[in-house]
This record gives sequence, C-alpha cells and structure tokens, in this order.
Amino acid sequence: MRAIGIVLAGGNNKRMRELTRKRAIAAMPVAGSYRSIDFALSSLSNSRIKKVAVLTQYNSRSLNEHLSSSKWWDFGRKMGGLYLFPPTITAESSDWYRGTADSLYQNLDFLRDCHEPYVVICPGDGVYKLDFNDVLAFHIDKQADITVVCKEMPQDADVSRFGVVQTDENDRILQFEEKPVVTDQRLVSCGIYVVRRRQLIEMIEQAAEEDRYDFVRDILVRYRQVKNIYAYRMSGYWNNISTVEAYYQTNMDFLKPEVRKYFFNEYPDVYSKVYDNPPTKYNTGCHVSGSLISSGCIINGTVENSVLFKKCYIGNGAVIKNSILLDDVYIADGVQIENCIVDGHSTIRSLEGFSGGLDHIRVISGDEKRF
Amino acid sequence: MVRKEMIAMLLAGGQGSRLGVLTHNVAKPAVAFGGKYRIIDFPLSNCINSGVDTVGVLTQYEPLKLNAHIGVGISWDLDRNVGGVMVLPPHEKSESSSWYSGTANAIYQNIDYMESYHPEYVLILSGDHIYKMDYEVMLGYHKAKGADVTIATMAVPWEEAPRFGIMVTDEDSRITEFQEKPAQPKSNLASMGIYIFSWNALKEALTTLKDVPGCDFGKHVIPYCHDKGEKIYSYEFSGYWKDVGTLGSYWEANMELVDLVPVFNLYEEYWKIYTKSSAMPPQYVAPSAHIERSIVAEGCEVEGCVEHSVIGARCVIEEGAVVRDSILMEDCHIGKGAVVEKAILADGVRVGEGSVLGVGEYAESRYDKKVYVFDLVTVGEGSVIPSGVKVGKNTAIWGETAPEDYPDGQLPSGGFIIKGGEQA
Repeated sequence: MRAIGIVLAGGNNKRMRELTRKRAIAAMPVAGSYRSIDFALSSLSNSRIKKVAVLTQYNSRSLNEHLSSSKWWDFGRKMGGLYLFPPTITAESSDWYRGTADSLYQNLDFLRDCHEPYVVICPGDGVYKLDFNDVLAFHIDKQADITVVCKEMPQDADVSRFGVVQTDENDRILQFEEKPVVTDQRLVSCGIYVVRRRQLIEMIEQAAEEDRYDFVRDILVRYRQVKNIYAYRMSGYWNNISTVEAYYQTNMDFLKPEVRKYFFNEYPDVYSKVYDNPPTKYNTGCHVSGSLISSGCIINGTVENSVLFKKCYIGNGAVIKNSILLDDVYIADGVQIENCIVDGHSTIRSLEGFSGGLDHIRVISGDEKRF
Repeated sequence: MVRKEMIAMLLAGGQGSRLGVLTHNVAKPAVAFGGKYRIIDFPLSNCINSGVDTVGVLTQYEPLKLNAHIGVGISWDLDRNVGGVMVLPPHEKSESSSWYSGTANAIYQNIDYMESYHPEYVLILSGDHIYKMDYEVMLGYHKAKGADVTIATMAVPWEEAPRFGIMVTDEDSRITEFQEKPAQPKSNLASMGIYIFSWNALKEALTTLKDVPGCDFGKHVIPYCHDKGEKIYSYEFSGYWKDVGTLGSYWEANMELVDLVPVFNLYEEYWKIYTKSSAMPPQYVAPSAHIERSIVAEGCEVEGCVEHSVIGARCVIEEGAVVRDSILMEDCHIGKGAVVEKAILADGVRVGEGSVLGVGEYAESRYDKKVYVFDLVTVGEGSVIPSGVKVGKNTAIWGETAPEDYPDGQLPSGGFIIKGGEQA
C-alpha cells in the first residue's frame, strides 16, 4: 500500500456526557465486542496499510490499554507498525495538542520520515468498513489535493452535528459547513481524508505559521476555493458516536439483521483485542429476546431489545429493556432498567428501577459493592 | 546458551477412536469442547499459567486441525523468542524412520529437541483431559521430595479403579507398586498420565528402552525406573479432572458446564483457559428465540429454541428449530423447524429443515458396539443431513448425506451412514 494511516483519537466531546468521563471516545465499546477505534484500525489493516499512528490526548490511558499489543489488527510486523503519539514536551514546544492540525504538526517528523506518498487520516469514532484503496484510486483519478470521504444521509436524518458538503457534478467540493444550524444538504463528511504526504506537510506547516490549529476550519474550509478538494461517496454503513443519542442508535443498529450481516459475516472482518471470555451462560428462568449478547455473560433474568457487552451479569428477576450495558456490568436480582446506558464496571442494586425516555437516553453508573 | 528449568512434552498424536465419527478426521486433542475450546487448550493453558513456556506438541494422527489451531502459539502467549510452542511430527531420519510407536517412543524420537533447551525437568502431558492444574506446584513437590519421577494421581471411586493404572504408595507417598487395570486394586490412586521426570532419569530410561517395540510410559518406562530403584512419588491432585475419552464422558463433561454453578468453572478470572479465537462478534438472540440452561459461544444467531445444550461459535439455529440436550461444535447450521435431541454435532454440520434427530427407542449400534452405547446421535465434521428426515437414537453419520441415504426418510436407531473421507 502506498499510504500511511493516522487516527485522530485525542478528542473529547461534551455531548457524550458521563460516558467519556473515564475513557476516550475512540475507546468507547461498540456493538458488544468492539471498541470504536477497531473500525478504523481494521479498515486500515484490511486495506493493507502497514504503518499507522494513533494520536491520543484526552483520557489516553483507556486507549493505551486497548492498543497494548498491535497484533490483534496484524500491525506488529517488521515493516511498519502501530505507533501511539500522545503530546510530548520537546525542546521547541510544551503544548498540548491544540487542535487536529496542531496534533499533526507536532508529529511532523513522523510524516517527514515516511516514504509512502499518501496519508489516510481518519477519526477514532466512526463505525464503518472501508477499503482505502478505492478512495486512493479515486483521489489519484481526480488529481485531487484532498479527498474527503462523505456519506449521503437519509432525508430524515439530523445532520446538524456533522460537517455538510456541497459538490459540483464532478464531485468537487464547493461548500463545506461545520455543524450547520439549517441546511438542506444531505452529504456529510465522515472526517476521513486522503492527502498526498508532501501536500499535507506543506499545508500543516502553513497553518502552524499562522497559529491555526484545526484541520477542518483552517485547512478544508479555508482552502476549498484554492485546492482541488473532492468528495468520495461511501456506500456502506457509516455512523459516528459523537453524542449519547448517536452512540445509543449505533449500537441499536446492530440489532438489525442487515447491519449484523454487513459487519459480522461479510468480508472483511472487524478485529479487536481478544479477551478469552468463556461462552455466555443462560440459566434456568432467563428470557432473552431480540438482543445482542457478547461473551462471558451470565443471564438469569429478562433481557429484551438490548445490547449486552462482555461479562455482564443479570440477576434473577432483573429486567433489562431497550438498554445498553457496557462491559462487566453487574445487575442484582430484581433490578429494572429501561432505555438506559449502563456504564462499564457498574454494580446496580437499587430496586427503585431506572428508566430513560426514548428521546432522552439515561446514562447510569453504579459503584455499589458487588459481593 | 539456552536453558529452561522445565519444558513440557504434550502427547497429542492419538486418534481417540472411542469418540467414533468425531475423530474420523480430527485428532482427539483438536475436538471442540465447552462451546469455544478444543481439548488441547486445557493442557496448553495450564502450561502458560504455570509458567512453562516451552512446549513440544507431538502430533501424528490427522494433525491438520491441530496444527491450524496451534499455529505459532499466539493464543496461549506461547509465541516466544526462546522456547514457545513447537509442533513435532514424526520425521524421516538418515538411519531409520518410523512412526511414533508408543508414548515413550514418541518422546525418545525428539530427544534432540529436549536436549536443545538443557532442561533440568521434563513434564509429560497428554492432550485429552479437561482440568486446571498448576504444574509449578507439582514441580515444587518433585524437588522437595528429591524425586526422580513424580506421577500425578487422583483418588477414584474403588469400583472404578479397575479401569485405571493404579499406584500403590507408602506413607511418604513414594510409589511401591503399580497395577495396570487390576481386577483386585490395592489402592484407589489412579495415574492421570502427567509425569515430571528429572532430565537424567528420563534420558537414561528412554535411551535404554529405545528398542522396545511400542515403548509406553505406563507399561515400560515407569516400571523400568521402579525396578532400577529410582525414587518415584505420587502427587495427589484433588481438583476437577475429566477424561473425555468416550462419547458418554464427553457429553457429560460438556453438560456439566451448563449447571447453575458448574463444578468446573470457566468464569473465574484466575487461571483462564485460552483458545484460538480471532475477535468474534457477539451473539444475536432473536425475538422468536428461547434459550435456557445452555452456554452459547460468540457469533451465534439463535432464532429457535435451545435447552440444556452447549453451542459452539458461529452456529445458526433457525426459527422453529429445537436443540435439546445436545452439543454443537463450531459453524453448525440447524434449519427451520428441525429438532436435535441428545446429539453431538461436530464442526460445520448442517441439518436440513424439518429433520428430526434422536427419535424412537434405543437400539444396539450396528456400526460399532463398543463406541456407540450412549443413546446419542453422533455426526462427524462437515456432515450434511437433508431436509425432512428422521434419525433414530444411538446413530452415527459422517459425510454429505442425501435423501436417498434415508430409506423411507429415516435412519432407524442403531443405524449409521458413513460417506465421509471419500476422495472427490
């Protein structure tokens, strides 16, 4: 492959509420068995990109744990590898990453020392599968300076949390608006870019000189008239998990057979760190229906229309409906939970019950004594 | 120089013929167990959990699945710069070439491999038992006793003792006498087939006995060491240990895992059992499904009913299908409305829509009276059972069967269809 990969995984998002209190967004568990960064890393690996850097900052430890070995994504090779770049103090700078472009600027040496001609930049919060070879072929065919991977959203979707894109008939981007208040555009940026490496270095240096730090605002939007910026339309499933509602919806999407088939059964696979949990155990009296259950769970109660992550325990007579239980949640006997996201490692004993509304998913976490 | 205090040699070459069609083209250690594991995962996980990071795996019978499973040992953290896991098949030599003719002969043929690690102790294991054991503790015992050989033993019920190799010990646990499957046992301490040898004692015995045909640890090496007056001790083990050598004991050991609190607990964080599993997706339980008293591995899609069963990874159980008291290994597919009762289905078995397995009354097997005596429907790897047929109890099926193979649409109890293993 003629590209290197860079995963921007340093950001936080207030709209994820309590869920990112102890972890980076890129380390958010998704679809029972994965973390959100797995989708980017698997797509890079499956596109035969051998060298990938992950830029981390906010709550980076959660991500370090997940990326403690690169062998799960098959990056641990003599050629290439998986690199973790948190901000670092150098002779020239002691700043945190002040934005996406700044995080690239602070790792400019890495970009300079590579010999691959192209760079794929992607965020750590997207849920998708993509062959970057197709994007690169498009990029070269269009003789683009920057290619932005975009997704046509359905008519009823709320696009106000995305960057919306307007193109001409030749896919060249004419307008780029971040988080529009009102728009009739349906084409949104997935935050995935392909750029020629030297071009990227040049633009990043230019931005840094002007004390500009944001890749979207200070490069894409600013240069849209001068540079050839093209939109590559991806066809498969794509979503990102930048708000609690989007996170809930993305997980619930995996209850649909077509989404499961696309991610779980069609080539290529999505990889993740292997945890060696035992099979899930269904005891006498349990009722499970319409749910996605990960490995190592023990279920005694009722689970309906929900997603259970790894190693959850559901007590006798407990009822879980329309909810998401992250890793290692312990639900004691008789607890009722509806329309909630239960944070990882929680222990819930309160018999009062928890319920959110479908329009406002409640995030709960419990630190009661487990045994 | 390379040096390892103790290395393990894992005997994984046996066929395990008493597992019938399950081992027709798979070595017994590679047979699936407990939903996502294979039998060899237990000794391999015990090794790494005990700090034994050099394991030679001796293979001979149908090694393909076993080799693919072990790979370079990543799953057990046995991919090491020095040591790690190595598969040791029989090989041609300049002087003479032969298959592994017995357990001790297999070890003897790999004496160079062992010598290259300059071990002080060698742990001999077999690849067909389900248990968790800390070999490091056993080694400590071996050292404390100043033993030449230590044999792990287990107290078995007296009435079962005649089935085992029995060790008679003195008050210091030193073994004074052996009885191989005795009619009148003098003790109820059975050998578990796990030995620690001090290297010199092992090397000397193997070299002396190298010309004994079918040289075996239980039959030749241990008696030889005993006659020579070497110090042989019994290390009594009291945890869970299960020989899954017959279809009945295999089925039972699997079913014990679905008990409310299983005797053999896989859910403890301590002493994990590792297996080859690329990251697999979660399982989906459809609104039409009903699952109770079962364990279900990753990647399954369940639309039907599963009761008191062990379901392997990536199985699909379609709507209206019923799986009861059964074991499904990986990648099985049960068609709409099919019923599977008291059956063992090996990897990749497909059962057509509306077929019924395990009906009628028990009848003596016409295929192999010794192997098939457990009332179970046993289906070999990759078999296909067409739609709408009835299969009786105590039956064996292997291969892609078609409706013509079932006269009147059924296979009566005790019957068999063996079509597998034919070259296309």
